[in-house]
Amino acid sequence: MNVTTTNFHREFASALHASHADFHDNIAHHFFAAQPGFSVYRNTVVKGWIDALQGNFPAVARLVGEEWFRAAAAVFATDAPPTDARLLLYGAAFPAFLEGFPPANELPHLSGVAELDRLWTLAHLAIDEPAVSADSITALAGADLSRVILQPRQSAHWHHHATQPIFSLWHANRFAENDATIDLSDIATRGEGAIVLRPDQAVTSHPCDSATIAFLDACRDGQTITHAAASALAVAPESELQHIIATLFQIDAFAAIRFL
Amino acid sequence: MSTHETLGAGLSLKPQHFDAALEANVAGVWFEVHPENYMVDGGPRLTWLTAIREQHPISLHGVAMSLAGERAPDAAQLEHLTRFASLVNRIEPALISEHLAWSNDDGVYLPDLLPFPRTQAALIQICANISRMQDALGRVIAIENPSHYIRIDGHEWDEIPFLHEITQRTGCGLLLDVNNVYIGARNLGFDAHAYIDAFPAAAIHEIHLAGHSPDPTLGDALLIDSHDAAISPEVWSLYERLIARIGPRPTLIERDDNVPSFDELLREQAMAMRVLDAQATCVLETHTHTHTHTRPSAHETLERVS
Repeated sequence: MNVTTTNFHREFASALHASHADFHDNIAHHFFAAQPGFSVYRNTVVKGWIDALQGNFPAVARLVGEEWFRAAAAVFATDAPPTDARLLLYGAAFPAFLEGFPPANELPHLSGVAELDRLWTLAHLAIDEPAVSADSITALAGADLSRVILQPRQSAHWHHHATQPIFSLWHANRFAENDATIDLSDIATRGEGAIVLRPDQAVTSHPCDSATIAFLDACRDGQTITHAAASALAVAPESELQHIIATLFQIDAFAAIRFL
Repeated sequence: MSTHETLGAGLSLKPQHFDAALEANVAGVWFEVHPENYMVDGGPRLTWLTAIREQHPISLHGVAMSLAGERAPDAAQLEHLTRFASLVNRIEPALISEHLAWSNDDGVYLPDLLPFPRTQAALIQICANISRMQDALGRVIAIENPSHYIRIDGHEWDEIPFLHEITQRTGCGLLLDVNNVYIGARNLGFDAHAYIDAFPAAAIHEIHLAGHSPDPTLGDALLIDSHDAAISPEVWSLYERLIARIGPRPTLIERDDNVPSFDELLREQAMAMRVLDAQATCVLETHTHTHTHTRPSAHETLERVS
């Protein structure tokens, strides 16, 4: 097809997205393919997408190595390019993509690690909120817990994996020195959860169990402490609820305590 | 005196240089950021930028408004504009700029600055987009000349008259990227000196200087606007020629990749300041000269009237 002033954007975009073979062989792209300079645009666009994913998922990139990561990111980006110019938000669907990505079949922890990278970004960019101090837990003493709601701070996000130690793997890879060797011998092969949040300016992260996750889910749903506790016990009947709540206060997980 | 007459040479602000930038006590310095990296709800990014803003002037240099897009902006792009306006209100930047390019394809963000045929229809669409942006921000913006890698058929306007016409229709200013001129001239075969000499001086709000690199395959036959190297001697030479013609303007040392130490960037900043200061002295001397010898005195004027 001739590239005219009226169809220029369409034809340009079509040539930009064409596969390598299609770009060079299809006569429709000849106007652009005949000019070596057009490759600058093809390379820059895809590099921009992949660079963004590599920046947003550093623990995944460290786990699988740069070459594997960039190849996987290219497949993802071609299928699900960003729709928001704020590339720091790009990749919400990347963890789910890794879950179903055949080359990642041997890496069952990868999607969970990607999820924690994603939660780190969400915490990093979240709204600033005043803190409920750890001491505020004393306000719960003697209160009717069926009339108290703990409101998680908006920066707080959590995720649990039933069989993989995702927090330990993520934390070791996210915060390791570039050339450090990670010793995985102490990491047990068991399910693990994580809470990622930003109490002030710095993102913090903490391992947690499935009961804590269930408790937080109920809190975010606006349920009372009594209901949240029941949710936690339903997941893990032996849970020590006082310990769960005290730990969440210590890590500044809550933005408000509401008494009904 | 307007902002673009008071700023000296600025630097791209990189996160690794945050502490050094905050404490920089350097004549004329200011900092430029891409607003897309700060369109967030809260957290350290906004805290950093606000802290820098308390010490230095800031320029917001957008890369994603897609002003030369085929169609009017969709809902997502209008949301982007709203976020841009919020950041402007928060930071109160000294300068705001965007590109003569497009970067949105049916809702997909293409992280590049893409070319288009300079037609009458494009002129009308771009002017509408610029006016919409200026209205939303409540500010005049500057539009940057693009780098060029390919020949395009069907241009109805040359680039400089096109840019000039945009300034006339929208009241916007221009950002002259000298490195883009050099690259475009080398890649497409036009005369960089003639381009620099013809660029409308009064509309220039800001100048960009950056490094480029040869294409890995084609070498010097294709130069790439990579922002990953020191500014080349040829670009410095074009810059000196420009400033000698138009006088001092805010000048950015633009660096996005292979970022060196803050001190290394400050060396380039100091080189740009020397060019600006030399011309400022020249301008001052010319003004003094004018006052002393050629400006009519009140008495002379009265004599002419009578």
